Amino acid sequence: MNKLFYISFLFCINSLLAQNIKNGTLSGNFQSHSQIYYEDEDLGINKESLPEERFLTNSFANINYSTKNFSTGVRYEANQNSLLGYDKRYNGEGITYRYFQLNSNDLEVTVGNFYEQFGSGMILRAYEERSLGYDNAFDGVRLKYQPFKGVYLKSLVGKQRLFFDKGEGIVRGVDSEISLNETLNILSEAKTQILIGGSMVSKYQEDLNPTYILPKNVASWAARFQLFHGKWTLGAEYVYKYNDPSATNNFIYKEGQALMANMSYSQRGLGISLASKRIDNMSFNSDRNLKGQEVSINFLPALTRQHTYTLATIYPYTTIANGEMGIQTELNYKIKKGSLIGGTYGMNVLANFSNAYSIHKAPLDENTVIGTPGTKGYTSNFFELGDEKHFQEFSLELSRKINRKLKLIGSFINTEYNSKIIVGYDYLGMIKANIIVLEAQYKLKAKHALRTEIQHLSTKQHEGNWAMGLIEYTVSPNYFFALQNMYNYGNNSNKIHYPNLSAGYTRGTNRFALGYGKQRQGINCVGGVCREVPKSNGISLSITSSF
Amino acid sequence: MKRLFICTFILYSSTLCFSQKAALLLPSIDVKSLEGKTVNTAHFNNEDHPIVLAFWATWCKPCTKELNAIADVYEEWQEETKVKVIAISIDDARNTPKVAPYAHGKDWPFEIYIDTNSDLKRALNVNAIPHTFLLNGDKKVVWQHTSYLDGDEEVLYEEILKL
Repeated sequence: MNKLFYISFLFCINSLLAQNIKNGTLSGNFQSHSQIYYEDEDLGINKESLPEERFLTNSFANINYSTKNFSTGVRYEANQNSLLGYDKRYNGEGITYRYFQLNSNDLEVTVGNFYEQFGSGMILRAYEERSLGYDNAFDGVRLKYQPFKGVYLKSLVGKQRLFFDKGEGIVRGVDSEISLNETLNILSEAKTQILIGGSMVSKYQEDLNPTYILPKNVASWAARFQLFHGKWTLGAEYVYKYNDPSATNNFIYKEGQALMANMSYSQRGLGISLASKRIDNMSFNSDRNLKGQEVSINFLPALTRQHTYTLATIYPYTTIANGEMGIQTELNYKIKKGSLIGGTYGMNVLANFSNAYSIHKAPLDENTVIGTPGTKGYTSNFFELGDEKHFQEFSLELSRKINRKLKLIGSFINTEYNSKIIVGYDYLGMIKANIIVLEAQYKLKAKHALRTEIQHLSTKQHEGNWAMGLIEYTVSPNYFFALQNMYNYGNNSNKIHYPNLSAGYTRGTNRFALGYGKQRQGINCVGGVCREVPKSNGISLSITSSF
Repeated sequence: MKRLFICTFILYSSTLCFSQKAALLLPSIDVKSLEGKTVNTAHFNNEDHPIVLAFWATWCKPCTKELNAIADVYEEWQEETKVKVIAISIDDARNTPKVAPYAHGKDWPFEIYIDTNSDLKRALNVNAIPHTFLLNGDKKVVWQHTSYLDGDEEVLYEEILKL
């Protein structure tokens, strides 16, 4: 019986392929990161703090097959065992992503796994961030349909990935977006482009809580618009979530709200953007009992600048879902070629200011403490700031090409980082730091280049001052060599060097990188999600490829 | 589970026979223009001349370096080869409102789109950015490269000249 089934299945597939889906392309990618960990006296890493298995590897490969109207793919992951700093639940191997997708005219159907985002993602976003080991992909069904020109509808139902398992809750959602200029004839010639959109998302999870009667279904909705007029843009999204007691909000029965608005002006050589947000009790998980972000349904972006210089990433901000208000403004300006300051090639200026505060919270009545589980939690005036500053940062970056060979970049950052709120260092509170970076890029000869970075972070709190130097030599298009050292010297107890040596080889889409050295303990954040990276000493190898 | 695996395996092995030598074609995926319009990549057009697709993000230093380097020589490239560079930003909601001001601030002369849900990135199997594709007049991928080192734009240009 079974054999018969397979044979008929084979025939089915093959005839289907022969008719509709031949002449497709097969493509894919592969990635593998390995590290060998060593004990290190200076860093305090000894036998006990390391796992018995010290050669650890995270790998995956995607294979996709696609034709004009059809695509399918799988991802196989093997984390044996996963690198230190990743959640232990990632240990294992198996197929973690597989899907079929069909397009027919204006309808697209996906079954299996998929990633999705509604609006800015504050109501729903499933995505992957490999460097963090983050993946909350849906497993279910999604439809996308375009009934009229300029009208885009999406609907989905599914469960979310939880490492090698699935989250308990079922998520359902619909989203619509309308480009009014494409839909309405009277607006087709208008100078102003208008987009409006709306979403509804709900989740279902059984209530097994012995103490409280919890809502099994939690609904939320969102509305958004965007205007584009010449050099100006204006947009906003508002999200409302009905009461959703969870481990994250300490089981309060309060509604959640999020508002994000942004405005920008840009022309050749000048760009200005301004954004603001208010978030109140907006953690939205498909499993209310999980405190982390493993199965987040939504995504609350941190409105701060995303840094890349190493010392500037020591104190990264992440959104506080239980409540925050903040703004960000950024200026990009190119000082013209030929001017006194601009020189022969012009000079780029980037200035950014951002902050985030707690929101106003008042007790429900005299006898109830703010945030008492089982109550509505607190009341809050929408436009009023709270007492606590979470974060503030000012940064300025100037970059200028001096001549055909030399380019210089200078950067200054002033950060105030409330470690009590962001990472729970109650004893430290606000950390104030100044960071200076000088980078030089020098072309030695055709395809040979040298790059150096000197960085310094000064602070009286936490681990004290840091200094860092980096030198990198590259030969296009194949090789790079880099040597760097970070030195944490600003405290009396523990002065440590973190040297690192790395080299890489790239050919086409194949890339090999080898590194040896020490890594500081820290928090690696991408997007709005962070991963704690432990201190380590070891050899690492990373291989990536795509075809 | 085992059965599923076998079926999938059969499916892939049978698809293999169909896909000999078929070069990766630019997939048809919806991305957003800087004016918020949904644009399908199938409508990317350069009148049968080559297209360069460059994946980048506002937080990616090497990406900015690559696009700056191409911007410096873009006029020359266009005169010689009529090539068009399309820059695809994979920024998420944290940075999408900043993409237009950022790109305009840099004075980049490229067509720019935002791949909000990373659909195009996945369809083209991009592991990490920068990742650059060269498409010929038939919009087939004829060359691709990951990462950016100083001078890589010259290697890209040599490839464009071969078309």
